[in-house]
Order: sequence, then structure tokens, then C-alpha cells
Amino acid sequence: MNMQVEVPEVDNSKADLSLGAADFITDGDQYLTFCLDNEHYGVDILAVTEIRGWENPTLIPNSPSFVKGVINSRGVIVPILDLRIRFQIGKASYDPTTVVIVLAVKNGHDSCTMGFVVDAVSDVLNADEDEIKPAPVFDGLVAPKYINGLVNVNDHVVTLLKVEQLLSLDDEVVNDE
Amino acid sequence: MSIDLEQFHQVFFEESLENLDVVEQALVEVDVDSDIDSEVINTIFRAAHSIKGGSGTFGFTEVTEFTHLMETLLDEVRDGVRPLTQELVDALLKSCDCLRHWFDCLQAKQDLSDEQSKPLVVIFENMLNKNSALASTEVNVSKTTAGTDHVPLHHWQITFIPHSEILLSGNEPIRLFRQLEQMGEYKVIADISGVEDIDQLTVDECFISWNIELVTTTGKEDIVEIFEWVIDECTLTITDNIPTVEANNVPEIGREMIAEKSGAIVEEAKKPKTKIEIAQKTKTIAASSAASSIRVGIDKVDNLINLVGELVITQSMLSELGNNFDMSKIERLSSGLDQLLQNTKELQENVMRIRMLPISFAFNRFPRMIRDLSVKIGKKVDLQINGEHTELDKTVMEKIGDPLVHLVRNAIDHGIESVEERVAANKPEMGVIKLDAYHQGGNIVIEIVDDGKGIDANIIGQKAIEKGIVDDVSKLSDGQIYDLIFEPGFSTAAEISDISGRGVGMDVVRRNITSLGGRIDIESEVGKGSIFRVHLPLTLAILDGQLVRVGSEVFIIPLISIVESLQIKAELVNKVSGNMILYRLREDNVPIIPIYKEFNIEADNTELDSALLVVVEGDGRKVGLLVDDLLAQQQVVIKSLESNYKRIEGISGATILGDGSVALILDILGLITQTTPKKSHSNRSMKAA
Repeated sequence: MNMQVEVPEVDNSKADLSLGAADFITDGDQYLTFCLDNEHYGVDILAVTEIRGWENPTLIPNSPSFVKGVINSRGVIVPILDLRIRFQIGKASYDPTTVVIVLAVKNGHDSCTMGFVVDAVSDVLNADEDEIKPAPVFDGLVAPKYINGLVNVNDHVVTLLKVEQLLSLDDEVVNDE
Repeated sequence: MSIDLEQFHQVFFEESLENLDVVEQALVEVDVDSDIDSEVINTIFRAAHSIKGGSGTFGFTEVTEFTHLMETLLDEVRDGVRPLTQELVDALLKSCDCLRHWFDCLQAKQDLSDEQSKPLVVIFENMLNKNSALASTEVNVSKTTAGTDHVPLHHWQITFIPHSEILLSGNEPIRLFRQLEQMGEYKVIADISGVEDIDQLTVDECFISWNIELVTTTGKEDIVEIFEWVIDECTLTITDNIPTVEANNVPEIGREMIAEKSGAIVEEAKKPKTKIEIAQKTKTIAASSAASSIRVGIDKVDNLINLVGELVITQSMLSELGNNFDMSKIERLSSGLDQLLQNTKELQENVMRIRMLPISFAFNRFPRMIRDLSVKIGKKVDLQINGEHTELDKTVMEKIGDPLVHLVRNAIDHGIESVEERVAANKPEMGVIKLDAYHQGGNIVIEIVDDGKGIDANIIGQKAIEKGIVDDVSKLSDGQIYDLIFEPGFSTAAEISDISGRGVGMDVVRRNITSLGGRIDIESEVGKGSIFRVHLPLTLAILDGQLVRVGSEVFIIPLISIVESLQIKAELVNKVSGNMILYRLREDNVPIIPIYKEFNIEADNTELDSALLVVVEGDGRKVGLLVDDLLAQQQVVIKSLESNYKRIEGISGATILGDGSVALILDILGLITQTTPKKSHSNRSMKAA
């Protein structure tokens, strides 16, 4: 419960720096970081369309357990997936501070939009390409294909996730249940 | 002054295709044996001429040359020099196909092939040659005539420099040229060096001068006579040139083959009004030149503007009310909200209407098709079309075209008998196929009626057994037997013709129609004919829904599929074959589908006794859906689930309710096929029992 308090504290000084106006126009290497349990993750900030509070979605019948349902986001039906259940990290609890990050990927004319439930949004991270280190081969709960690389921030590690992979509902995901 | 002409291409294609439709319709209407309405010929001529003019402007030379031949022939028909023969009509119809093919190629930026056009050009040129032998004095614009003429030719070089006020006196240079055109082969070169910058131009002043080369037998006096009316307002020189090589080789399309720039200007001078229209249209279309466009009547747009005006008034009234609200004004508030409801509803209806097109867009291809087919298979068919103004959503229209073609082909191939058979059956030689469209409730009904031999249920039944589609037909009603022709792999045609009979058609027809949320049924009487009736929803974007509640979730059942809602009486519930629960609804046994079980959700009520059952029908089968509560009925806007997620079994889409929450729309057809046996015939014989 107290992790939402803990994370911003660590990053407060850096957040002030990196949120400076000049940083926003530097380049595309900005990442929105969030936490699942005590771990830090990041996604490309250009894919983020919205960060919204948790609201009860409409159930989708016979869907995998991590698909919480669908919500109305500005007239578009957006499915809500719980990353904590999908990656089996931490406990999935829903309270007013639970956050949904809405991500969109354009694929030609089609765009795909989905919402992801996370424990808390923490920071905007600037990372140059050479700062992103390949993930070591390990047997974690998050399959390697979701991982773009790791970035060291102060004394902890942020795992950058591939947005395209998150939005794809491939067979592995369906069997996940 | 270079303009990117490419941005106008899409408009040109659209217009040309429309013009081709006009030509085709007019040609099909033409009856060569009776007197021909000159207006019809004029219509055809005008349409062909616009295509030629446009293609010249854009530099599609093949199209220009080809349409020029068409136009030359039509011109002669118009002048009464040439009779409109069946041969000519056929050739012209074929050239429509050819042009349509070319436009497709041009749109796809492919090279044009002369495969289709070559034989037609030969036909046209033969016709023209024959005629030029007959016409003695008049020299035609055709290239074949120039060499064969014996009368001495003058090569007039005319310089025509009008004063800038010439247009003020009502003189139109193009009229003069038209008169010159009748004298013989001519070539106009417009000198636009006098044209000022666009912001300096005055619309009623003429800045252009012309050089005209005219090859003719006519003397100088006659040419001067043409210019007599404007002689005071121009500088005119007419000289006779010795025939030069260049003059001999004047291309046959010389009339229009001017430098591209001046071509556009001559065109502009010809029909300034149309040009302006095009320019305006282009503005809106240019941005998305490849996207399909829709033409909307100005009255529909005006209506929308009025409605938005009303909406704004209501909104300002409500916001004023909200600024200093107390309970005494509650009545005004509720009346204001009523007004808002009314406004939005009307606005919605009107916006939907923009997407609506008259069904004649789908019907128009049939006269031509019937004409071609009846000639091909030697049957006499009269096509009658009613209700072509009935409006239908554009998307539905696009998807219903092919199934309709198939049904009409079937009617002429299988329905209408040959002339001998008809005479033997005491029927008039001429068979009748009627196309009818009308609105019925929220649906549009399209009927394809023929007065042919009808469908013999016995033959269909036998055939179905032969093909292994059913085991036994003795228990099926006629209607159910007719339905068998929609099964995959069913075809009764003894011989496979290229019109129909491959047995792949009817199941596709039905699948297309059901995918649009419609249905098709058949009525038939042996010896009298058949009626195929297609029911379609008016639009795909909005449906009337019944909101139902199961546990904490709200679902929407399309109102159109609901037969009735009732409270279950325990004594009418029967269990059969282990796990099937049937409800006796009068004569029918309806399988009960508990939604909570189907969707794995929690419901308030899992007991059948006195629970609510919504009986729905799809694909001719009925099932009862067990729900907790019936809520309101309302129109819902269909939103796609698939665009961001994936298809869900039993759900056809989603919508957003008044409170902003999402509700799922049940896919009735999917639920029925999911829960009833896949082999439909076992279900049928069970129901018939």
C-alpha cells in the first residue's frame, strides 16, 4: 500500500529536472515509468494517450483473467488489461489510487488502443539509446519478448517494455489463463 | 502557371463514371425500331462529350481519341444523317465497358491496353467510312475523309483577335468556332499571351485571341459571314494557305488537341458554370483524393445547419437556466431537456440521412444486365423497377450489390422460361422481372419477383437428398425446403451455364445478407413465379436495442430479433436429451440459453421458475434467453470491439450508454449457432415434428 508514497520520493529531484521544458523537445527517447509491486517499468511516452484513474469496466464474457473489461474513453471502446495479473507481479487490488495507462499504437491506418492497470505512475525518464542495456538472459515472469532493455536509474533498474508487444493479443496471451 | 492537375483526377474519374452511367442508361432505353427521342441522343452526346473534354484536359489521349470516335458517330445520329441501329447501340454499350475499364486502370495508375477498344475502333471506323461515301458535299472531321475528297480544298488561316469588350455584347467566340467546325476539319490555337494575372482578370472581358486553321471546301465569303456579327469588335484576317505538310497531317482530333493550357481555357469558355462547380467540389475532395466520397443534396446540408442552430439555442437556454437555478424553474428545465432530446434525435437522424443513397444506385445496373442476358440466352424479359428512390445506407448499398445481381441472374436463368415453354404454358412471351424496394419499420425490403416457372419443392427436396444436405424432407414445410437452396453446394441447374448454376452462389448470397443483419425469404408457386424478399436494416451504425440486465451487467438485444418476452411457467419447461432445456412456446419448443452460464457471470436468479425469458429469432430459429431484468428500450450507436480488442463469441459489438458506461450487444445469430446443433437439418426436422 505504501509503495505509491515510496516511489515518488526517490525520484522527486530527478522528476523536476527531467520535466523541464527543454527536455520535452530533445528527442523521442522519453519513457513513462510506472511500478508493479516494487519493480519499475517504462513505456515509450509517445505511445501514452491518457492516464486515468481506475473505474469499474464492463466485463467481457469468457475472457482471460487479466482482461478486466472494456471502458469508454472519449467515445472509443478500450479494453482494460491488468499488467499485474498478466505478468503475475504483486497483488491485483483496485482502489481509488489504482491507475490505468492508456497506450495506443498506430499501424498504418489502424490504431490499437488499450488500457493497462498498474500500481502507480512514477516519472518521466530520459534515456539515450546507449544507456539502454540489453536484458540479461534470465527466467523471469515477464517474457523476454516484452522487454526492450534495462535502464539504470540511481540505484534501481527500470525495465523498458515493448508497447507493440503489450498491445498484441497473441496466442501465448490467450493460453495464459 | 503550372497547376498540379493530378488533384483533379479523382473528380474527373467520378464524373466520367457518372457520365458513363448516363450514357448506358440512355442507350438501354433506346428502342431502335421506334422514333428516337432527340433528347435521349443529346443526353448521350453531352455525356460522351464531357468525357472527351475532360480526358483531353488531363492528357488521357487514348480516352480522348476513343471518345472522339463515339462522339463523331453520335453527332451524325443527332443530325439525322445516320440511323441509330442496333449494331451501333451494341457497339456504344461495349465502348462504355471499355471506357469503364480504362478509368479503373487510370485510377490504379496502370497502362491502358487497347485489347477491348481495338475491335470497337474498327467497327466505328467502318461505320464512318460507309457514311462518308454517302455524304457527298459535307466533309467530316474523320481522318479518313480528308484524303478521299475530290472537291478542291482551301486551307484557310484565320486570325481572330476579339476586342476585350466582345463578351459584353453577348457574343460567344465558341459559337463561331462551332459554326466553323461544321465546314470541315479545323484546328484552333488559342493565344493566351494577352491574359493577365489572375488578380487582374475581369470576368466579362476577353483576353484571348485565336489562330484557326480550317481545311474546307467553303469559300471565303461564307467564313466572313460567320464573323459578320462580331466584325466591328475584332481584328480578323483570313488568308488561304497553300496546303502544307503540316496541314495535311492535322490530327483527326485536332479540334480539341490544342496545347494543354489553352485546352483548359477553351473548355472553360465553353461551360463556365460547370467549371466553377467542379472547382468548388474539388476543394473538398482534393484533400482525400483516394477516399471514396459521397454527394449530398444541399437541402440535407441546410437541414443540418438549421438543426445545429436549434441545438445551440437550446444549449444557451439551458446554460442560462443553470446559471441561476432554483427549484421553481424545474419545469422549465425539464421542458428544456425535452427539447434537447428532440434536437439531438433529429440531428442524429439527419446525419444518418447523409449516408443514405437512393437504391437506384444499386438498381441501375440491372437494365443493362437484363438486356445483355436476355439476348444471350434467348429469353424475352421485361424489367420493371419500383421504389428506386427508397434510401439506404451507403455501406449497406455497397455490400448488397453483388447478392442482388446474383438473385436477378437466377431469376432470369432459372425463373423465367424460354419463349416456347411460356407459350406452351399459356403465358405471354415476354417474361417479367420486377424489382421493388420499400421501407418497412426500421428495415428496407427489396423484392425480386419473376413470373417464371416457380420453385418446385419436390425437385428441391430430391436434389437436397441427392446432395446429402438432408436425409429426409417429408417433414419439412415448403418454406423450409426453399431454404435448402441456400445451403452450400446446392444447385439444381442441370447444366452449368456461365450465368449461374455453379452452386456456389446462393449460400454466399445468404451469408452476405445475414452479415449485414438482414434475412432473405422465398415465396413461390409452381407455374406462377417466385418472390425473393431481402430484408435489410436501414443502417449499420445504429440499432434499436432492448437493454437487459444479468447480474450486474447490462446487455443489449437488437430489438429486431426479439419475438416476445415472457415469464417462464415451470410446467412448460422440459428437459430433453440430457442437458437441453426446452420451453414450450405454443406449438414450438424453444431451447433456453441462460446468459449467465453462457458468459460465466453471476446472475441474481438461476431458477427457471417465473424467470424472464426473451425469445429471439435468428436465421429462422428461435431460442429463449434467460435474463434477470428487462430495462429500457433505446437506440444505440454501435461501436466496434474488434478495433482495439478481438472478436468475442456471442457479442457483436458494444455501445456507450447514457451514463458513459459501456454495454455489450448480443450477437443473436452467434448465440443460436453456438448453442444449437451445427447440422441444421437435425434441428429442422426436430422443430417440424
